[in-house]
Amino acid sequence: MSIDAATVKRIAHLARIKLEDNEVPALEAELNMILDWVEQLGTVDTDGVEPLTSVEEMALRQREDEVTDGNYAGRVLANAPDAQFGFFAVPKVVE
Amino acid sequence: MTSLTEFSITEAAAGLRKGDFSAAELTQAHIAAAEAGRPLGAYITETFDLASEQAKAADTRLAQGDAPGMCGIPIAMKDLFCTDGVQTTAASNILKGFTPPYEATVAANLKAAGAVMLGKANLDEFAMGSSNETSAYGRAVNPWRSGETDLVPGGSSGGSAAAVAGRLAIAATGTDTGGSIRQPAAFTGTVGMKPTYGRCSRWGIIAFASSLDQAGPITRSVADAAIMLEAMAGFDPKDSTSVDQPVPAWGASLTQDVKGLKVGIPNEYRVDGMPAEIEALWEAGQAWLKDAGAEIVDVSLPHTKFALPTYYIVAPAEASSNLARYDGVRYGIREKPDGASLSDMYEATRAAGFGDEVKRRIMIGTYVLSAGYYDAYYLKAQKVRTLIAQDFSKAYESCDVILTPTAPSAAFALGSKTDDPISMYLNDVFTVPASLSGLPGISVPAGLDKDGLPLGLQLLGKAFDEQTVLNAGAALEAAAGFNAKPNAWWAA
Repeated sequence: MSIDAATVKRIAHLARIKLEDNEVPALEAELNMILDWVEQLGTVDTDGVEPLTSVEEMALRQREDEVTDGNYAGRVLANAPDAQFGFFAVPKVVE
Repeated sequence: MTSLTEFSITEAAAGLRKGDFSAAELTQAHIAAAEAGRPLGAYITETFDLASEQAKAADTRLAQGDAPGMCGIPIAMKDLFCTDGVQTTAASNILKGFTPPYEATVAANLKAAGAVMLGKANLDEFAMGSSNETSAYGRAVNPWRSGETDLVPGGSSGGSAAAVAGRLAIAATGTDTGGSIRQPAAFTGTVGMKPTYGRCSRWGIIAFASSLDQAGPITRSVADAAIMLEAMAGFDPKDSTSVDQPVPAWGASLTQDVKGLKVGIPNEYRVDGMPAEIEALWEAGQAWLKDAGAEIVDVSLPHTKFALPTYYIVAPAEASSNLARYDGVRYGIREKPDGASLSDMYEATRAAGFGDEVKRRIMIGTYVLSAGYYDAYYLKAQKVRTLIAQDFSKAYESCDVILTPTAPSAAFALGSKTDDPISMYLNDVFTVPASLSGLPGISVPAGLDKDGLPLGLQLLGKAFDEQTVLNAGAALEAAAGFNAKPNAWWAA
């Protein structure tokens, strides 16, 4: 499986990373090199093997559904590039 | 008297208690060393004023008695740990200026134990790299040199390792996702320990690959690793993968006695192109442990060669998801071209904020998780990961600990592998399998190569059996008698 320039652009868009056209060829080559290399996993017989999603043999802990935290909007917003009226400000998304 | 920057944690702790020197003096000596050591690029942010205050508080606490072993010990904190009120960058431009209003649990544990933070240590951007060359704040340099050639300190915890090897800190925190503590430790002649997944809370550590990330210490002795890990580890309800088990007294229980210990040697770790010196050192390690009374047994880890490709699917997949949060809205930088839509802003911010290696990994991760490719890549990799973990379970039926080289080479020259991502990835060939399996491991400096560069041996243990790993490490350390140190060329 190898990917072409259009696929590179599509992945970049899915990942929300702006790519200039002149950056595409190098990335296309690098990504294909990496994908070719991981292709060797295809030779491993994994029939009947369960995927490993966690190395820990434990059930996810649950806690009471109650408020344990909060009331510090100022600290939450302190690192925002743009905060207005106690909110994160972003470009207009609704016409 | 030995220079104050030469002390290990255990030596410094004893000296502080005897009143040979104060924590303030110990800290000042390390601040001076860190200033002189700036050419090493070990720190992204220096926190000397904070360190001086913390040292004073440590002196008060020491005077009152019963202070913990880390009290008054000056350390470097990898800049992947969020630190309250101190800039935390993950070595990325995208987090430039980010000042967390909270402290990572591991950093808070060390603070509570009285450790003194000298600064935030350099690393590969978002811990993605094996050479510390992907940092947006300049590369860190290995205190060890080959002639006049500058070498990488390894990565991703390269600044941490450089600081400890160069005597700019007594110890440092690191994080290990695929080898990021153990490989830089091997490259710098230091001890690096990754505990079992779940031992150290991940809360407040900037996430790279959540199913793999674990914090651990980089120190100059195995005993120090035991003491510092004890201070870092512990159950944390804020991390859902944190393990609710008491932290053993690793330091107090440490022994070099390995009589009857079964040490497994995996044949699959003899890789093509491995230098003869590393092969020889591995043989020496086996002989040392045997002389100390251990039994050497052959074991097989048949899926070893598939560990790296598995890792380079799993880790980027998790990274692409974890790094989705850097969007220019809540923290970090924002790029907003005139008239940009929200989506344009995301794309411009991430294009400007992430470096090449991070972009590559996000894109690989995005691709392997995308519709139509998920089963072929991601699910397949998770299944192979199961087989890799099973290899270890089977091997541990016939041995207690596994001995391998830590890395397939000594430290290499700056810039020598930056053009070829895969040759860089191959650095982690011996460290990645245990990461994928969540197992504890340590790298112990064991010798020098023909160019006078340090080489490390790695010991891997069963889950939650850090004690055996540390004990075998102590036996190896005693037999190897590694006491070489870099000549301080940067201070000349």
